[in-house]
Amino acid sequence: MPHIQTILRPILAVAFGLACGLVLASFAGESPVHVLAILGRSAFGTPYDLGMSLYFATPLVLTGLAVALPYHSGLFNVGGEGQMIVGVFAAAAVGLLWPEPGALVAKLLTLAAAFTAGALWGAIPGWMRVRRGAHEVITTIMMNFIAIGMTSWLTLGTLRNTETMNPETRQVGAAYLWPRLELFGDAPLSVALLLGLVAAACVYLLVWKTPFGGELRAVGLNERAADIAGISVGRTRILAMALGGGLAGLAAVGEIFGNSGKFKIGFSAEYGFTGIAVALLARGRPLGVVLAAILFGALHKGAGDLDFETEFITRDLAVVMQSLVIIAVAVDGFWRTGKGRS
Amino acid sequence: MDPIVELRGIRKAFGQQKAVDGIDLRVEAGSIHGIVGENGAGKSTAMNILFGLVQPDSGQILIRGRECQLASPSVAMRHGIGMVHQHFMLSPVHSVLDNIILGSEPETPGPVWWPRFLRPLSRRAARAKVTRIAAALGIELDPMTMVADLPVGLEQWTEILKLLYRDASIIILDEPTAVLTPNETEMLFRSLRHLRDEGKTILLITHKLKELKALTDRVSVFRQGQVVAVRDTAAVSLDELAALMIGQSIAVRAARRASGPKGRVLVEIKDLEVSREAHGGGFEAARLKGVSLHVAAGEVLGIAGVEGNGQSELIEVLRAPSRHPLARGTVNFCGADAGALDARAMRERGLAIVPEDRLVQGLVLEQSLVENFVLGREREASFCRGPWANVAARRAATRAALTEYDIRPSGNLDLSAAGLSGGNQQKLIVARECARKPHCLIAAQPTRGVDIGAVDFIHERLLSLRDAGLGVVLISSDLDEVRKLSDRILVIYEGRIVAEVDPDQASEETLGQLMGGSFPSSRLGSP
Repeated sequence: MPHIQTILRPILAVAFGLACGLVLASFAGESPVHVLAILGRSAFGTPYDLGMSLYFATPLVLTGLAVALPYHSGLFNVGGEGQMIVGVFAAAAVGLLWPEPGALVAKLLTLAAAFTAGALWGAIPGWMRVRRGAHEVITTIMMNFIAIGMTSWLTLGTLRNTETMNPETRQVGAAYLWPRLELFGDAPLSVALLLGLVAAACVYLLVWKTPFGGELRAVGLNERAADIAGISVGRTRILAMALGGGLAGLAAVGEIFGNSGKFKIGFSAEYGFTGIAVALLARGRPLGVVLAAILFGALHKGAGDLDFETEFITRDLAVVMQSLVIIAVAVDGFWRTGKGRS
Repeated sequence: MDPIVELRGIRKAFGQQKAVDGIDLRVEAGSIHGIVGENGAGKSTAMNILFGLVQPDSGQILIRGRECQLASPSVAMRHGIGMVHQHFMLSPVHSVLDNIILGSEPETPGPVWWPRFLRPLSRRAARAKVTRIAAALGIELDPMTMVADLPVGLEQWTEILKLLYRDASIIILDEPTAVLTPNETEMLFRSLRHLRDEGKTILLITHKLKELKALTDRVSVFRQGQVVAVRDTAAVSLDELAALMIGQSIAVRAARRASGPKGRVLVEIKDLEVSREAHGGGFEAARLKGVSLHVAAGEVLGIAGVEGNGQSELIEVLRAPSRHPLARGTVNFCGADAGALDARAMRERGLAIVPEDRLVQGLVLEQSLVENFVLGREREASFCRGPWANVAARRAATRAALTEYDIRPSGNLDLSAAGLSGGNQQKLIVARECARKPHCLIAAQPTRGVDIGAVDFIHERLLSLRDAGLGVVLISSDLDEVRKLSDRILVIYEGRIVAEVDPDQASEETLGQLMGGSFPSSRLGSP
């Protein structure tokens, strides 16, 4: 069991970040109580609101896991955005190229294509790091740009939807669309939410309950000792990056196949990058990733109504609050290492 | 004479663990004072408190009779206290002089409004002072040499000069001879005596009782966080010191135990060359130049040498031959060419390694004893159940090993490896490596910085492994250890095997000279 502090500290960091955000709001001339009430009501007030919060949280669970898993092997995967885009684009391409398989086959194909493409996109920087020492933070960022450019080009060139003026692909076959979860009114929440939860459970089992997970954590904590002990550091890391990329590849499946069924250029609200914040807040723990993703999803949803209901602040307050939470988490880590030295 | 340093009732606990528990220590001015004790006895903590690195929970520190709060090393430095750590803290890409003045750079005069940190360095006066100090001690050291180009002994002198340059009058040395040849050690001792005669006070932490006897005036024995005895060195025997350290009298160390019949050749290296590029960095990385050696089952091959003469490279090549594409020569393991094997493959073929640096190479400090015990063996069938880790089996195996190797504390399997003392950490590594049931074991500096009880235990283990038919490669800079355990000794110097000697015939002096690079003509030549 993790120590009580490892649970308490992120919660305090969140509280601190939110409090600072509210103080800022009061400087801007809004009553903090009023702002907090709007945020709470808008994020959780009705089943629909809750559903929307979860809808925004869904991709963040997966992009958060995509950072958390390689993190345990000592790598910092900043490429969740690109891996997600490539993954869902590959799935959409499969859906366009083979429009009418059976419903189950279609779903499995979607998952397989998204995971594989994302995994490949993650494995390449992993391989470059292991073989040539190219730092993964740099290469994964670069791979993000390549992913965006390449999918845009293919979308506009090969798979373009000629019936609209929008930069999007044609619609995939009906068999590929995911059923909605009808629990939350009209919220476009699909079965993909469950996918995120299953993935979080899988990551937990993989990292903490399997022999591979033991090797993975040893590599992350002391690469040299792991190497001398006979663990294949390179293979472990490439695999970790591939699995992380695969998880990111699944992140937008709900967004695309639970909704329009079309790959739209620029569909992502920077889920890949927010996933980094989610993983940091969660300290790489899968359950923490789920909770942090819900928090960030709720902030995203809740802030939407700030535009209408307040005079002086806008939805950007949500971004400010997210940033403050991350700063609080970082300061906490800094403070702790500082304390450890004395 | 009045004490220059006095600690009264110093207590310090790290969490539940009491590191020092009421230390009383008096050190007289102008003396060399030895500090001995097993690992975890509180020596380092006490010295770190005196150096201002650690703040005590309670107790008084008196320097020259006045009570002081040593809030940081720089405060301690102002009181004239300096420390040379076991691991040097030098910048290899700067000159000796720049390393010495780092942090107290001499100021160039200039206008008051011009910020201090933008003033040019004035090295001339500093250089003169350093040269003067070095000359007085009889050290030949050009202050303008790059630290990367220095032999280890002179690196240590750079550290000491750093303190003398700052006019330290109380100098703490932590295991200063661990990296030195016998001859360098002798020279260090001469100079330390000279410093003492000039009125400096020296505190010497060491594990080596012989050195204590040779150098110190008085000695304080630490045990379980307390000073249990203070003796005049002249009036105490080595056995008595050893007994005081571990709290019971120990038998005089057993004489070397001869090996039984040798078996097949396990490791055979021929004409091995490793160039610096192949090793991938490290400033003092010596190359291997035409090394040939072989190890048979049932023998201990000792490789004696001062650190940094190619031992690390030799271990690297042996443990993962395929990683050195620039290496020339052949490596055979268990009768087959191993040139294309990586670390994992070598492990699977029966190689075990006790690495030279247990903290960096041997353990994952943040992880539990269980995870460290199964490190590298996660996939072994007995530790798995289907696709899952078999936690119960892992814990049972670890518990058994803790008991067998007397690793303490043994109660809490979830303790992190960082929570063990050095000797117990080392025993945990030995336990893990032995549990792999290897054919061949490489033991690199297996007892460095380890207390006497653990040393004897580990030595006994290595010999019983040998008797059970393992081939053991012992790489060590501790001559006593090499001579006690080895059946054959190779001496390595600057990447070459410079001699093969019989442990029963080689004297310590001869070995020391060979390790230091001077070859008596009768022994010159390759094996």
